[in-house]
Amino acid sequence: MRRIVPVSGRTVETPTTVTLRFEDARPAAPGQFVMLWIPGDDEIPMSLSYVGSSKGVTVKVMGPTSRHIQEIAPGTLLGVRGPYGNAFELTPHRVLVVAGGSGAAVLAPAAEALRARGGEVEVALGATRASELLFEGRFAAMGATVHPATDDGSRGARGFVTELVGPLLARGRFDAIWTCGPEVMMQKVIAAAQGTGVPVVCSVERWMKCGLGLCDACALGPYHVCVDGPVFPAERLGAVPEFGRTKHDAAGRRVPG
Amino acid sequence: MHGPVADLSTRVAGLELRNPFLLASGIWGETGESLRGAYEAGAGGVITKSIGREPRTGYPNPTVEMYDRWGFLNAMGLPNPGIAEYPREIAIARGGGALVIGSVFGHDAEEFAELGAALTETGVAALELNLSCPHAEGLGSEVGSDPSAVEDITRAVVRRTKLPVIAKLTPNTHDIVALAQAAERGGASAISAINTLRGLAIDVRLQRPTLSHGLGGLSGPAIKPVGLACVYQVFRGVRIPVIGVGGILTADDALEYLLAGARAVEVGTAVALDGIRVFGTLVRELGRRMDELGVRRVEDLIGAAHRSDPPPGAPRDPL
Repeated sequence: MRRIVPVSGRTVETPTTVTLRFEDARPAAPGQFVMLWIPGDDEIPMSLSYVGSSKGVTVKVMGPTSRHIQEIAPGTLLGVRGPYGNAFELTPHRVLVVAGGSGAAVLAPAAEALRARGGEVEVALGATRASELLFEGRFAAMGATVHPATDDGSRGARGFVTELVGPLLARGRFDAIWTCGPEVMMQKVIAAAQGTGVPVVCSVERWMKCGLGLCDACALGPYHVCVDGPVFPAERLGAVPEFGRTKHDAAGRRVPG
Repeated sequence: MHGPVADLSTRVAGLELRNPFLLASGIWGETGESLRGAYEAGAGGVITKSIGREPRTGYPNPTVEMYDRWGFLNAMGLPNPGIAEYPREIAIARGGGALVIGSVFGHDAEEFAELGAALTETGVAALELNLSCPHAEGLGSEVGSDPSAVEDITRAVVRRTKLPVIAKLTPNTHDIVALAQAAERGGASAISAINTLRGLAIDVRLQRPTLSHGLGGLSGPAIKPVGLACVYQVFRGVRIPVIGVGGILTADDALEYLLAGARAVEVGTAVALDGIRVFGTLVRELGRRMDELGVRRVEDLIGAAHRSDPPPGAPRDPL
């Protein structure tokens, strides 16, 4: 089940984010993830930022392993298993994408797939500063309208990307909101959409070990993010008290999320 | 439409189970919601992750290797939140009505006994001793492959709890019956057999083991014949009941274990292959198969395969 693949390309996306590409014929859909093994280091869950036969993962520095991944040179051998999990449903026609930080990594391929089916996409793209806005050019190239927001106001609106959601929903008609980012951010997106009738779909990230629905590391209330997600309709998350509050650490302890 | 007429309930170690299918330790079981979910999916009871004294993160990934549908190799490294934090997970599970069996691991008899006593306070229905994890230094099968250690540990736990104590044994030994007899002498109420078989996977391109820990434990259909042989032998060697574990994916797999002498079975790898709904399927299918076979009660199946054995010394049937 595990394939060993050489890294075929490496792109620096932002000062803290790098994309690694590799060839893998296994079919994948936008929203799905792989378990990426860096031999000698860890194996971690990574959403696919490119889902064709030339696949990609876009990694933000979070800890020692993601720092190590960023330094990986083309030609390095990696282990890949998956893709696992569910995908974004490409049924809505007009979608508002709300991306915080590295959340754009999984939302960009979903938006591309929707555009390829003739759908329309607007993007609220948030980051700490202009240089950290991920895939702004990629969203523009697919024909999406991009509304940036930065914490320091260095590009677009100053403040959180979630503050764009209300005004954008008031201005245009959307069939769905797709969001990925920190859980507290996604909660704000859900709150902003409340009462508008626009369904929100979230891509959730949790600590994972097996990726197969067995070890319980990614338990989120009654769900396992690896097999029941990572893509969840907001209604399902609303009934989960841990969402946006606590996570499980590697030992399974509940810790503040 | 009518449901199966067969009675699936069974009794093991003083526990009344609505059906013989238990969630095996280590599968789900880190959170109370998951334990509860497995019970609601149809399990007759659920066994917690093995709990130790301190929180433990387990080994780094990769911790699993999957071989199509025939086997599954893992070295999780006994991750668990520790005995101080775990009781609230049991409370969540019990709040949902689940019958919970608490699994513990330790380095020695005193540690097992201390943890057993602590778990007893949480309202679990029984204790299962992990004497059999094949990939943890100084733990699991490293203590559980010595009959005198098994006897001492079991006795120490039994002295500190009013609950039935189940000894989960390793197949990584030349004589599992000796281990089962030691647990029986120590006062165990039941034997679980088997835990995983020690195994290794190597990536030929990288020329290194794929699991971070190197050695792991093999589960799944590949080990079913081994588990059946162990249950068959242990059933003959002890008077206490046996719980069968190893490679149960279908009702017929479970039937084989019951016929070999198990009064209940544990299911683990099937959850990775078919999802937690496998419990509902197993319950439905076992009822259907028992109806087909004309068997009314699980009780009537237990150890029945032994009846067909020739007595010792009898001439073999000519072929």
